[in-house]
Amino acid sequence: MFLADDFPIDFTLQPGVGAPVWRGNAPSGEDLKDFAAATHLAAGRLCAMWGSDERQRGGGYRLHCVFGLNRGHAWLSLDLSADDPVYPDLAGIFPAANRMQRATRDMVGIASDGGDQRPWLRHGAWPADWYPLRHDAVHEVGMGVGFPNLPSDYDFVQVGGEGAHEIPVGPIHAGIIEPGHFRFSVVGERVLRLEQRLGYQHKGVEKLFIGADIERGARLVGRISGDSTCAYAWAYADAVEAACGIEASSRALLLRALMLERERVANHLGDLGALGNDAAFAFGLTQFLRLKEDWLRLNAEVFGHRFMMDRIVPGGVAVNVEPAALAAIVEQCAVIGSEVKKLRTLYDEHAGLQDRFVTTGTIDAALARELSLTGIGARATGMILDGRAHRHDYTPPPPWAALGVRPVTDERGDVAARVAVRFGEISESLRLLREIAVGMPSGELRVAIAPRAGGSGLGVVEGWRGEVLVAVRFGDDGKLARVHPHDPSWQAWPALEHAVMKDIVPDFPLINKSFNLSYSGADL
Amino acid sequence: MIPLLKHIFRTGILTETVALAEGGPQREIDRLHDEILRILGRALTIREVDAGSCNGCELEIHALNNPYYNLEGRGIKFVASPRHADMLLVTGPVTKNMENALRIAYDCTPDPKLVVAVGDCGCDGGVFGENYASCGAIANVVGVDLRIPGCPPTPLALMQGILAAVSKRSP
Ligand code: SF4
Repeated sequence: MFLADDFPIDFTLQPGVGAPVWRGNAPSGEDLKDFAAATHLAAGRLCAMWGSDERQRGGGYRLHCVFGLNRGHAWLSLDLSADDPVYPDLAGIFPAANRMQRATRDMVGIASDGGDQRPWLRHGAWPADWYPLRHDAVHEVGMGVGFPNLPSDYDFVQVGGEGAHEIPVGPIHAGIIEPGHFRFSVVGERVLRLEQRLGYQHKGVEKLFIGADIERGARLVGRISGDSTCAYAWAYADAVEAACGIEASSRALLLRALMLERERVANHLGDLGALGNDAAFAFGLTQFLRLKEDWLRLNAEVFGHRFMMDRIVPGGVAVNVEPAALAAIVEQCAVIGSEVKKLRTLYDEHAGLQDRFVTTGTIDAALARELSLTGIGARATGMILDGRAHRHDYTPPPPWAALGVRPVTDERGDVAARVAVRFGEISESLRLLREIAVGMPSGELRVAIAPRAGGSGLGVVEGWRGEVLVAVRFGDDGKLARVHPHDPSWQAWPALEHAVMKDIVPDFPLINKSFNLSYSGADL
Repeated sequence: MIPLLKHIFRTGILTETVALAEGGPQREIDRLHDEILRILGRALTIREVDAGSCNGCELEIHALNNPYYNLEGRGIKFVASPRHADMLLVTGPVTKNMENALRIAYDCTPDPKLVVAVGDCGCDGGVFGENYASCGAIANVVGVDLRIPGCPPTPLALMQGILAAVSKRSP
């Protein structure tokens, strides 16, 4: 159906108004591997991987993979036995599988049959044979009780040769930024290799979902990555609604789109300022932060929260937007639009900036595809990949289909391209915001939602950084049994490792900022 | 260069223009600036440490340096090393994986140091609380002088909190 008719997998289309998702079970590990290989051949992507403990439901464990294909997403599950939960290593087909497989082992205790077996999210805070997401994984919580928090070693790949040395950076970085560790192998000032070690932001979010109700789940999901709170809240709402068999009204969907695009613009404004600043153009930072502050203040006025946390909820939205507020939004779009246009000319014509941006931190489309990259990074290599936009064989879900979103791309693959994509996306979002505000229909804000025992669903949303996925399954008690949120940073962190190779160490902050990846979103 | 200068000229100095346009909040910002300077009588250096946040609190701490709040313009500076800092501004919950790094940063900050816990998470663990991977509140790991609740706290709340922390310390 997706790739060929002779796959021994039956797919069924998930109900609801969210992004198109087909669900299926792989009869065996080999079938899963074949499907992955065929997806790779068809230039598809590995979008997410996680595990679940099914022993209470009479099974063993289950591995879940989401693949991105032209027509939509395929969510494929594989049952694993309770005593030997092992599945075929997919990292040889999709390099993006590497960290997801390691995290799945750390969290659920199911492992790939080969490849990299170093721990990923587990540092020294819990023992190697204790798996937090198993239903029988209980331990005492509190300072001084429970597991001792031990220092942990990590087996970084060593680079040898004359003059090669290492620069360790982090977990605490020099700026106001999330923690993570970067190990640079350099000769002189040139970067030979960067290896990241993340997981410092791991705060047990996935375990907190277990046993939570829909509302508590919504509060948690909106705090997985604060800068993407709308994207996560929407993906979660889509998943819960698909699981419970309800649909949000068109008004609610458009209000969600309004918030998502405002989130995109806010982040792009901040990033464009910071990118100017990292290239010694403090003027850019000041100007863009001023625009961002105006933007956030209107958010506070209209939505009651500067980042619109907890405003997108399962069933619809938790805030009404009056016509006067819509008019204020339209007016602000015009002001910000003309300001950004002027600033873009300044950025484009500033020789010092362009000198730092152009040919720095380059990745090409082939690599982006190989790494299953999405979002700004992918579109900056020329890939037309945007869940809101039509493409060959793909119809975006409402409300996007009717809005006719124009994806913004740039072929250069460098910092300059990622800057240009942000500029282009701001003007496209401003156009969408005006269109949404002007054409807002009446309708219900929020429909009642009751959990469906045993129901499950997957939500996919094109956040400002890239594709955000949230998978949800309810237990027989109607409480959440498993929620897996997936940040696009999983795929983009390895792309950053490639992008800095052969550039010089002092360019790292700029290249890093041009991706602006989430630590918390991927560390969970 | 010419268009750049033109743009700078057109924009003007925002910390003042807004005062005219908005009155309320900007007057509060100015008052806070004056208070901080009066109490402190010198520059204040802050080392921000993210010990496990969702990055939401960081967005608002970043905003402190935008031209409206202009913290740096008033001599309150974010520094790269805890060794250069008077104050640690910490967001959390403190993850177990950051517990040690936070302790080291605390030990590296010269006495007398001020520690401010930022956000609901920093204050009491927030939605994450304490669990196998989270130590919860900052105060569970290092001594805290002042808490700034909010999810995330607004830039104004952050300024008020920083002021409250320095005035608590000064005689
Ligand atoms: S207080 Fe809120 S914004 Fe700050 S880290 Fe916690 S969840 Fe994020």
